[in-house]
Amino acid sequence: MEFFKQTKTINFMGSSKIAMAFSIFLVLSSFVLLATKGLNYGVDFAGGTIVQVQYQGTAPIDKMRAQLKEQEMFKGASITEFGSPDEVIIRLKSSSKDVSKDIGDVAREALKGTGEFKIRRVDIVGPKVGNELREKGVMSLLLAMLGILIYVSFRFEWRFAIASIFALIHDISIALGALALTQIDVNLDVLAALLTILGYSLNDTIIVFDRIREGIIKAKNTVLSVVINESVTKTLSRTTLTSLTTFFVVLTLFINGGEIIHSFAFTLLVGVVVGTYSSIFVASPILMWLGFDIKNYHSKLADKAKRHAEKEKMRAQFEQGTV
Amino acid sequence: MLLGVKTEEAVGSRIKSLAASVKHFTDHNDILLDTLTKSDDEVTFSILDSDDAVAIDKMLSELEGLHIEHVGEDYALTLTSDAIDKTKKEAISQAIETIRNRLNQFGLAEPTVARQGTDKILVELPGIKTQEEEQRARELISRAAKLELIAVDEDRAMRVYGMSDADAAQYGDIILADKERPEVKYLLKEIPILDGGMLTNATVAFDQNNRPVINFALNSEGAQIFGDFTGKSVGKRMAIVLDGEVYSAPVINERIGGGHVQVSGNYTVNEANDLAIALRSGSLLAPIYMMEKRSVGPSLGAESIRNSMIALIGGFVLVFVFMMVYYKMAGVIANIALLANLFIILAVMALFGATLTLPGMAGIVLTVGMAVDANVIISERIRELLYEGKTLHKAIEEGYANAMRAILDANITTLIAAVVLYAYGTGAIKGFAITISIGILASMLTAILGTHGIYEMLEKKITKSKNPSFWFGISKKRIA
Repeated sequence: MEFFKQTKTINFMGSSKIAMAFSIFLVLSSFVLLATKGLNYGVDFAGGTIVQVQYQGTAPIDKMRAQLKEQEMFKGASITEFGSPDEVIIRLKSSSKDVSKDIGDVAREALKGTGEFKIRRVDIVGPKVGNELREKGVMSLLLAMLGILIYVSFRFEWRFAIASIFALIHDISIALGALALTQIDVNLDVLAALLTILGYSLNDTIIVFDRIREGIIKAKNTVLSVVINESVTKTLSRTTLTSLTTFFVVLTLFINGGEIIHSFAFTLLVGVVVGTYSSIFVASPILMWLGFDIKNYHSKLADKAKRHAEKEKMRAQFEQGTV
Repeated sequence: MLLGVKTEEAVGSRIKSLAASVKHFTDHNDILLDTLTKSDDEVTFSILDSDDAVAIDKMLSELEGLHIEHVGEDYALTLTSDAIDKTKKEAISQAIETIRNRLNQFGLAEPTVARQGTDKILVELPGIKTQEEEQRARELISRAAKLELIAVDEDRAMRVYGMSDADAAQYGDIILADKERPEVKYLLKEIPILDGGMLTNATVAFDQNNRPVINFALNSEGAQIFGDFTGKSVGKRMAIVLDGEVYSAPVINERIGGGHVQVSGNYTVNEANDLAIALRSGSLLAPIYMMEKRSVGPSLGAESIRNSMIALIGGFVLVFVFMMVYYKMAGVIANIALLANLFIILAVMALFGATLTLPGMAGIVLTVGMAVDANVIISERIRELLYEGKTLHKAIEEGYANAMRAILDANITTLIAAVVLYAYGTGAIKGFAITISIGILASMLTAILGTHGIYEMLEKKITKSKNPSFWFGISKKRIA
């Protein structure tokens, strides 16, 4: 079976300006969303308490609210349905530091008489832990990007490295923007999804770049946009196939994974779409605009080959004892 | 759960004992002091007779980790920053040691007590079965278990109900409440006769009414002090204080030698047992507090993982079917590699004892995605070469060579990111980083070496068949 039968090169770079404008618009709106609405940090990052309760039959939320109000520990608690009408999540902004007194036990006691229920989950995260997690998360992301920058510069060229980092920032920003827009709880699972996007988008970009590098080395044509168009067209079938298969895996996770994995799958879904788009329409144009010059690159390669040859010659002479 | 240690309080009690030793020394040597005061981090006093300065200086020079400011008759003592760091560190390692001791004696299966970062303690109790057990374990861990035997200030005991804490402090006394009946107050000397440091053993026994009591034994020094004190104080009361609550305050009838003391209280057998464990394992130098706790009921954990697993497997099956339809034999070979890849990831994770968490699952999705990708890249490259009219054998060899660079670069870049995330991340990020590192290594192994190996094994068949559409699912028309 084959999907892509055209042998004609598609002019991707021709529409790069429109694509770029679109990307800038998306990234800027994401920033605006982040600044105005902000991320809705869940307990993992903001600190707080979550008690998940499952009833046999529909949960009597009003009754629960009335009974929990009596308890000092549950002041300001928000009670919402979770996934199904049977299941309820009690959220608290505060977290008890007391080791011996458990909020799960307090909840069990306080909810007596509201029906048959089970306490399914108790999460307590102190404010210090959340802060540290946020700081370390950001720090590790930055360091990871630095590592990528160095490796890609070494294997390709510095312009490729900058372009791939921009594509990464593009993808992560838009994913964060989508999270701010939907006000999904940002918890550890969302962080994991963001990290996955990072890996996925990077993979995609490098694969396209590899083709461009190959195209450049073999190129007789020295116009970069032509080489990029040829290379991107050649990887198109692979890009689409991989993206589609990943998209379907994530989509099944989104539809069937249950409430607890919803925010995770949502973030990935956004990331897969944006990541594929950015490897073609963001990373490559940036490479072009950074002033990558094929002739220059060729002469550098030739220099390198010459130096290498000279070194070999010297070595050969040295080994023969003529120097 | 993740516990924090209030290390400042260990420093505070160090200051307190510093004040006590200054007081003890001056009382003992008849040195007159003017205003001995202590704050959270400083002890200040002045001597009345400047001739005593020599003796004081000598005594202070024997104490370690002190920063002494001495101007005229005024002294100000603080701890050096080294001493503060050391005290804090000791408080943490002592807390870890004590908690581990207590949990071991509690008899749970495989408790984990480990330091996390510099000042946090990670406690994991996989052996907990019931809610009650969990409650008991938490109480046992958090108990300071500070035992003190304190003399009742009989001269002023009658006036205790009219006194404030500040009034009591004027006489060097403290007011503590009874454990059973909090309305009953006792006026006690601030400096105890004995504390738990001199305890050698604590066991549960039963009194004549068959109620559990705790017997404890003192070391020889403790027994000596206790004997002397009880001998001097016949007819007076002595309070047995645990964690700031008076358990009992019996009247001393006679000198008690041998160093055996019994504490009665209205406890259940379980409570008495836990208390004895806490006393035996020693007191916590600094109190601990809850930083993070996660408990997922067994049903929720299993259910959410099962749901996600079903979804994941469903997704993978789709991918498998697609690969076979699209690439025919090449797809079958790729699928074998994918399956091997999955098994390797799961096996290595099991080897490390990693639990399958959401971030871990994210890692699997990513690496399986990358493994599929590697196979797609290879197959596409081979197809390209076949379109150019290369023979099957040549197309496979060159296809692998061409695809290799891209796959290596993509995987190594991701691996670099994973290593950084592992080094700097905490808990969940680390888990994710481990999974993708394993996954990437496994997928390079299976996608590059594994599938290539299969092609080489089938080489004769492939060259004989001369049927690219069977092997790589391409239409015959385009080759020509």
